[in-house]
Amino acid sequence: MISEADIIRIDQPELTASERMYLPQIVDGMKTTLRHLGKNLLKNTFTVQYPEQKRDLRLQNYRGVHRLNRDEQGRVACVACYMCSTACPAHCIHIEAAESPWPDREKYPAKFDIDELRCIYCGMCEEACPVDAIELTPQFDLVGRTREGMILDKEELLAVFDQTAAMKPRKNPHVTGYAGTGSRSCSCEIPISHVPPSAAGASAP
Amino acid sequence: MRDFITSQFGVSVVLAFIVINVLLGAVSYCIYFERKISAWIQDRCGPNRVGPWGLLQPIADGIKFLVKEDVVPNHVDKPLFIFAPAAIFLVAFIGFAAIPWGGQLELDGRLVNIQVANPDIGLLYILGVGSMSVYGAVLGGWASNNKYSLYGAIRATAQMLSYDIPMGLCILVVVLTMGTLRLEEITLQQTGYWAGWIPQWNIFLHPLAFAILFITALAESNRTPFDLAEAEQELVGGFHTEYSALKFGMFFLAEYAHMITASAFIAVLFLGGWHLPGVSWTQPQATQWYAVLAKIVVLSTKIIFFLFVMMWIRWTLPRFRFDQLMRLAWKGLIPITLALFVLAAALLFFDRQRSPLWALSGNLVILVVALITASSSRLRVTGRQVNLPTIAPATDFVRLGRVEMPL
Repeated sequence: MISEADIIRIDQPELTASERMYLPQIVDGMKTTLRHLGKNLLKNTFTVQYPEQKRDLRLQNYRGVHRLNRDEQGRVACVACYMCSTACPAHCIHIEAAESPWPDREKYPAKFDIDELRCIYCGMCEEACPVDAIELTPQFDLVGRTREGMILDKEELLAVFDQTAAMKPRKNPHVTGYAGTGSRSCSCEIPISHVPPSAAGASAP
Repeated sequence: MRDFITSQFGVSVVLAFIVINVLLGAVSYCIYFERKISAWIQDRCGPNRVGPWGLLQPIADGIKFLVKEDVVPNHVDKPLFIFAPAAIFLVAFIGFAAIPWGGQLELDGRLVNIQVANPDIGLLYILGVGSMSVYGAVLGGWASNNKYSLYGAIRATAQMLSYDIPMGLCILVVVLTMGTLRLEEITLQQTGYWAGWIPQWNIFLHPLAFAILFITALAESNRTPFDLAEAEQELVGGFHTEYSALKFGMFFLAEYAHMITASAFIAVLFLGGWHLPGVSWTQPQATQWYAVLAKIVVLSTKIIFFLFVMMWIRWTLPRFRFDQLMRLAWKGLIPITLALFVLAAALLFFDRQRSPLWALSGNLVILVVALITASSSRLRVTGRQVNLPTIAPATDFVRLGRVEMPL
């Protein structure tokens, strides 16, 4: 039960004399639009003429097409732990794990498919990945002629890495410190072994 | 043959052909400029892909209208459905017949009017034809057999009826001042000067009538803020909801044609038509072909200025609510124009109808009285009116919902 004291009744404020006359208000509005018109007539500073010009994206933050990172030996960095497909709210990641042919890890993805049409580009996979193998790139102009063509498989995702590695280098998997999966040239200040257990999983560069 | 071409009838036929074609082009470029101006006002670029600065966009739009599928829904009244766009298009274009484009031209020693027709009742003709444009809207709305379209049509009718009155009264003010209904004659009478340099344009006699005529012209051509007949938020698309392809295009073009007619009409009535002070080519004595061209350019410039203002208003002001629209016409414009009419009649009675001092001071008094009345009324212009009962407090509802609902 809402008591009468709790109800706040709001009356419209009275219009001032000039507002009731309409005309000064209209003149004000017309002045505003004329100012914008004049400014844009000379030079439009807002619009990006897309195919010719491109926006400056924040390369580290932009969430576009995914990529599967390679380690320094050119192998796929993914260890097929299924963390990303578990975290994915759109269920667009499909992984099939197989025994790793390399001695430094147990599993590797035999199949790694991402349905780019289903993906909502939230970046949860990137956050979930313990070895920083899956990342979102600043590439946003992904097109395809069929729905099937928009499901990127492992090779295509690795190809995206090859295309975008120059503009957005791979982050270091310093959080878990998997030997052999990350780059040796760690740029972070704290050595991996010095990260306290409480900070593991919470810290990010 | 040469005799026929240089006769008034021949000139009228040639002029009609030219005017219709030029206007069809102008109307499509109106749409281009409407889009450009809206874009600039909203900090955008507007069409800029088809041709340089997007100048070929109207042609692309026209091709699109032509090749799109022309859907005639099953439930419509077919003859009327097809007739409506034709009616509105036709009516929008025949109004130009009485516009005096460029004074007189000397051909083979004879003077011919650069005007398709010069009827004695040119002013009434344009007024009548302009009011008929509502037929297209009403027929379209009725024939569409669709509730929203019909709503749009009814709104258009009510609006047209209300705004025809102040428009007619404004025109009567001009008629009383000029003493003629011939548009060419009205233009000629405005070519004199006061004090040697101020042109005797009617805008300097009755600026208030000019402003009100402009407002009613906006309403008559269904332009924002008076485009209630096609209020998208309430009526889907209004009377042209069911139309597609070229039929829709004709409704679209007719609106712009109507704007051009209204602009030309106001320019002739209040801004001296083709007259420009200080330029000898635009004086009534100049009858050479280049003088006629100069006069046409001057009149076109005035029309383009009005078109720009109409577009500028459209992208500035929001749409009226229907009761505001009606209140503006019946409680605002009609009393003011009635007062102006009485003023013009009184000036005529005392033989002061061409005296700017008397006319201007009369206009000023009427404007001041109107503004004082508007600003002193306690009526709220927006929102819920005070004379309606207050909304009952919701206490009963809450008690029922929360606690004492029987299980």
